[in-house]
Amino acid sequence: MEVPRHWRLKKQRYALVGEVCPHCEAKIFPPRDVCPECGGEAKTAYAFSGKGEVYSFTRMGNAPAGFEEQAPYTVALIKLQEGPIVTAQLTDLGNQEVQIGMPVEMVTRKLRSDDGEKGILVYGYKFRPAMAA
Amino acid sequence: MTEKKWSRNVALVGTGMSKFGAFSDKTSRDLFVEAFCDLKNYVDKGFDPKRIEALYLGNFSSDQFEKQAHLAPILASWIGISPVPTMRIEDACASGGVALRQAALAIASGEYDVVLVGGVEKMTDLHIAQVTEALGTAADSQFEIPAGFTFPGFYAAMATAYMAKYDAPKEAFYHVSIKNHKNGALNDNAQYQLTIRQIMESKKERAAIKGRPVPEWEDEMEFLSDPKGNPNIAWPMALFDCSPVSDGAAVALLVAEDLAQEFTDKPLYLIGSGQASDGALPDRETLASIPAAKLAGAQAYRMAGINPEDIDLAEVHDCFTIAEIMASEDLGFFPHGEGWKAAMQGKTARNGDRPINTSGGLKAKGHPVGASGVGQVVEIWKQLHGIAGERQIEGEPRIGLTHNVGGSGQTCVVNIFERRD
Repeated sequence: MEVPRHWRLKKQRYALVGEVCPHCEAKIFPPRDVCPECGGEAKTAYAFSGKGEVYSFTRMGNAPAGFEEQAPYTVALIKLQEGPIVTAQLTDLGNQEVQIGMPVEMVTRKLRSDDGEKGILVYGYKFRPAMAA
Repeated sequence: MTEKKWSRNVALVGTGMSKFGAFSDKTSRDLFVEAFCDLKNYVDKGFDPKRIEALYLGNFSSDQFEKQAHLAPILASWIGISPVPTMRIEDACASGGVALRQAALAIASGEYDVVLVGGVEKMTDLHIAQVTEALGTAADSQFEIPAGFTFPGFYAAMATAYMAKYDAPKEAFYHVSIKNHKNGALNDNAQYQLTIRQIMESKKERAAIKGRPVPEWEDEMEFLSDPKGNPNIAWPMALFDCSPVSDGAAVALLVAEDLAQEFTDKPLYLIGSGQASDGALPDRETLASIPAAKLAGAQAYRMAGINPEDIDLAEVHDCFTIAEIMASEDLGFFPHGEGWKAAMQGKTARNGDRPINTSGGLKAKGHPVGASGVGQVVEIWKQLHGIAGERQIEGEPRIGLTHNVGGSGQTCVVNIFERRD
């Protein structure tokens, strides 16, 4: 994994920063400067709350390179409160059984380590079961 | 949208394929030559390779799998058709199906009369972890892959959503796997020519020979339900839900309709074709269906002027068992939420009313990704000509459909072929 690839994505990865469309108010993640809803230019930064719910998930028994030490782990599509869906690992599950619709919140964690290559530790968002308010 | 019409029609006058499997002694060139030589067996009036005016090659990633980019001109030279124009089409696992559609469009445009379509992938040189990483580049490598997703993971997340939405049991997936292995067992070109029951029995025998406790699986369903027989890959997708890593090649010869009789008395006609794209998995409107497949299918049916009921058999993209069930719905064979029941009731078996993947599908025939879309056309050719041997379906099938998906549904291409004689 190349250093600039991670560095470019740090705002999105560390703080879940996307965009909001000035024309139709759609919230956009990942940011792409063009609104996928209305097609208008959308460059206004928008920080997502990090709250959402599990939209779907899978329990990975067979981990890809860089994730072996975490296996078995659960990856999910999270529907954020503001609308967009993101892919992320679930964490801090304990014995809790994962279900579609389960409320979750974002935390920043180590995503993977490329020890064999350049020793880069990649940090970014994961989601954990939402704490009671 | 205004109705558009191709400038002229396109016929298929022959297909060929290499055996699919894991061949440490073969490169993609060897596999492609093998498929090309096989083609000559099926163009019944014979043909001079010098008539080929272009090569459209479906190939996902020879650069990652074999450290060989720019593959199309090499393969053209290997079969002696240089200096015709060549191009490699990359749309992940849909590369082959898209190459065929693009070749057909080039003929329809009037630019060429005779075009060779190829598909090839040589995957098994790499270690499995490297294969997973290479295939992962067909997903969103900035946002999906860093979360720890893999392709089995994407389809597993779709399966989770499908099961929840339609109250479908995991057992429905086993029926797809059992059926496709039964079909593959009758296909000499298939990677796995074994039924699930045969695989189960051989595991029992091996345990007995090694003096280990012999598993007490009564039947395929018990075997597939046991993680010792069928380990979890990405729940709910287990080992026997997944297509294998494969080497293989397939070719198809397309010509302008009015030239078809020069090559064969029994051409097939490409009567419908459609293609669509979509964003990565988080950008989809649903996970329980592949929207691009619905769009591609609808375009192909509209062009052909037919309905899903008119399709006699289909080769669909069963990279994972859930994918075949969703395809059977996206293509309109069954209503949404009913595909899993149809699979359990045997409706998609060779003797069912909607045969799907009589070749064994990607599951049993193998999935050399760039070749798969063209390999599907080989089976349609054989079935529509009544030469599929023991796996031939009854009733003189006349119309066959291929459904080829790239990534987790970012690309889908559907082609429909008809026999008219």
